[in-house]
Amino acid sequence: MGYKAKFRVWRGEGGEGQLEDFTVEVNEGEVVLDVIHRLQATQAPDLAVRWNCKAGKCGSCSMEINGRPRLGCMTRMSTFEESETITVTPMRTFPVIKDLVCDVSFNYQKAREIPSFTPPKDVKPGEYRMQQIDVERSQEFRKCIECFMCNNVCHVIRDHDENKPAFAGPRFLMRIAELDMHPYDEVDRKDAAQEEHGLGYCNITKCCTEVCPEHIKITDNALIPMKERVVDRKYDPLVWLGSKIFKRSSV
Amino acid sequence: MERHEYDVVVIGAGGAGLRAAIEARQQGKRTAIICKSLFGKAHTVMAEGGAAAAMGNVNPDDNWMVHFRDTMRGGKFLNNWRMAELHAKEAPDRVWELEAWGALFDRTKDGKISQRNFGGHEYPRLAHVGDRTGLELIRTLQQRVVALQQEDEREHGDPEAFIKVFAECTVTRLLKDGDAISGAFGYWRETGDFIVFDAPAVVLATGGIGKSYVVTSNSWEYTGDGHALALLAGAKLINMEFIQFHPTGMVWPPSVRGILVTESVRGDGGVLRNSEGRRFMFDYVPDVFKDKYATTEEEGDRWYTDQANNRRPPELLPRDEVARAINAEVKAGRGSPQGGVFLDVSSRLPAAEIIKRLPSMHHQFKELADVDITQEPMQVGPTCHYIMGGVEVDADTGAASVPGLFAAGEVSGGMHGSNRLGGNSLSDLLVFGRRAGLGAAAYIDGLSARPAVAEVADAMAEAVAPLERTGGENPYEVHHELQRTMNDLVGIIRKAGEVAEALQVVEKLKERSKNTGSSGSRIYNPGWHLAIDLRNMLLVSECVARAALLREESRGGHTRDDFPGMSPEWRQKLLVCAAEPDASGVTVEEKVQPSMRGDLISLFERSELEKYLTEDELAEYDAAVKES
Repeated sequence: MGYKAKFRVWRGEGGEGQLEDFTVEVNEGEVVLDVIHRLQATQAPDLAVRWNCKAGKCGSCSMEINGRPRLGCMTRMSTFEESETITVTPMRTFPVIKDLVCDVSFNYQKAREIPSFTPPKDVKPGEYRMQQIDVERSQEFRKCIECFMCNNVCHVIRDHDENKPAFAGPRFLMRIAELDMHPYDEVDRKDAAQEEHGLGYCNITKCCTEVCPEHIKITDNALIPMKERVVDRKYDPLVWLGSKIFKRSSV
Repeated sequence: MERHEYDVVVIGAGGAGLRAAIEARQQGKRTAIICKSLFGKAHTVMAEGGAAAAMGNVNPDDNWMVHFRDTMRGGKFLNNWRMAELHAKEAPDRVWELEAWGALFDRTKDGKISQRNFGGHEYPRLAHVGDRTGLELIRTLQQRVVALQQEDEREHGDPEAFIKVFAECTVTRLLKDGDAISGAFGYWRETGDFIVFDAPAVVLATGGIGKSYVVTSNSWEYTGDGHALALLAGAKLINMEFIQFHPTGMVWPPSVRGILVTESVRGDGGVLRNSEGRRFMFDYVPDVFKDKYATTEEEGDRWYTDQANNRRPPELLPRDEVARAINAEVKAGRGSPQGGVFLDVSSRLPAAEIIKRLPSMHHQFKELADVDITQEPMQVGPTCHYIMGGVEVDADTGAASVPGLFAAGEVSGGMHGSNRLGGNSLSDLLVFGRRAGLGAAAYIDGLSARPAVAEVADAMAEAVAPLERTGGENPYEVHHELQRTMNDLVGIIRKAGEVAEALQVVEKLKERSKNTGSSGSRIYNPGWHLAIDLRNMLLVSECVARAALLREESRGGHTRDDFPGMSPEWRQKLLVCAAEPDASGVTVEEKVQPSMRGDLISLFERSELEKYLTEDELAEYDAAVKES
């Protein structure tokens, strides 16, 4: 059942580039990343793309497919019409290095700005006792494969480079929530979330949740609860609004 | 050229590499971590089932001695027993330590780390987080590195003062001063620029070699880099003939063929059936395991709730046995429509329970194969998963025979013997990653002077060559032919004639690979990167084939159609590979393994050892038992 698909792939390096047209074979059961690999092997050996596990577990092959942030390895060709032209571009929020590969160092920088897990000094390894129900909240956030598509899609920084220094993005605001909900973490992270990591910029449009390939409820389970914890100390109109709009519909 | 000075250079940022780097830094050494991918993407993220550690949280009868016995049995007694001993003793501490660094494992009712059943493990032993344990492990270690960097920033004003990650950077040569290691040479994938590390100690933690096979659960990074770097630097590889074909890889659609289906499916109750609906594993229990496995479905099923009075189902035999059984069923015409067998959990657990225990399997099948595993069986077949062989190292320190060179995790050899038990890999890389970090730090403390800075002109010329050849051969085609050859001729079942044929093909591919050309610039050029990686894949494939041709017996991950039995004489022997610095002249020599220490061998019953040992060894055993 193989057929020839039309692909438009962004090619370029050093800040310049353009969409290039390809016609390429597609076989049953293939995903977009398979097709990119076929392009490498047959037509464009130096076409740059990141990938590793090819099973949706490592979060390397983030790209924008027909304008939507997706993992190339989890986007099946059968979801497109055979006649459709499929446009593949790099993530927009981060500077392009070459073709589909972006400089994602922003994310590693932000990761380092968040104070690490801080357990009580008197609990020795092996002495930790936690109930399943108490670890499950943070476990949901630890499913994150760091594909950075939530940060890519977030409008606070997608077209606003100027917000990048003050905003950690959904990925790392979720990391703060994860640590805040960890049964043994001792740091009070609420003020810092708001003042240093830009939680207040988030206006809970849920774009991050929509693109998360791990289906983590970033907005409902991490960002809104974090805002609610902050609100004890600060008034944030969006939390008030969010609790009216979103909470009701997601019950 | 960019040049850096470090105490310890760790190549590889999976579990073993990160654990080694953390240890070296905690010992006060300036440490570089070099990885081919982004930080946190290494192959460890794909480990699903868990980390085996005899904590005894679920069954208090478990302890290091039971774990040691299981590991030796799984490896068919070819294991380096000292490594198996250290591993079994230290694994619990390594798992608990992760918890103190923020890991959140699934819990028992009394709040301890929960443990699950797995093939070859007598008791529930695997610490886990659903079926994404590898992700938890790598994220925890990654976050530990970040925590140390934050500490260094507070103390020294520079987060990278003592530990720095060089991501998307590939090492192509180790550098030496005389006999000893003096650093590493490589290139940035992003820019193609060269980079040199001057360092007295290098820890290899590069993982495996699966990319030499077509059907594999391994990612593109698994090109045998560390194996090849060690050989080219004069170190030795052992046990290269032993490759684990995981029994359950996806078989459809073709593009995902080989992707792993976790053993937890069976550990949590999943069963294997052929096209006739028969649970065929009952027909494949080998003599050495006869008394440890259930003989009826009823007994096997009872075991999940009452382990004291029942034996485990044969679906939980070690992986080599299950892989061969599936292979035989498919060959006999009793396979599934898509060329595997059926793995069914849908008729064994409620849908909600399946989604809770096996979330990523549910997700993977739904997204990639349109199969709802809560409603219908999966189709699975063997996939190249893990190489037991690797750098020959000292068990206690991870030191290779070349001074200053260390190895840990999959790239090292010995720990798992001829076959690794599921769950023993994550614990292996924690235990021996730490030990290699300690070993490297102690080695440096014993040096009177740093090694001399090395010349890198040859390494540079070698790396840049594919870009300078115009109109050379397509590296993707050479790679594909190698993968087909190894898959078809040195796969799960081997014959002398086929392995010899594979060696001839590899010889031709070596010539062709010297002629590969890569168009395009040096900036993020995958065709060029592959042309460079081919040297390593070919060298390692040659070692695998040569050792496989020599070992005239079947054991664990090495099955010879023409020598189907296990031989006590061969059990004593290791096959040791060496090569010239120009990747030519691979030689394989036999080496006799030292006998197991008296107190360790006394942990086994004589009746079991009789299946594995020679008469002389049994006499030694009798003497050891008498003494104790």
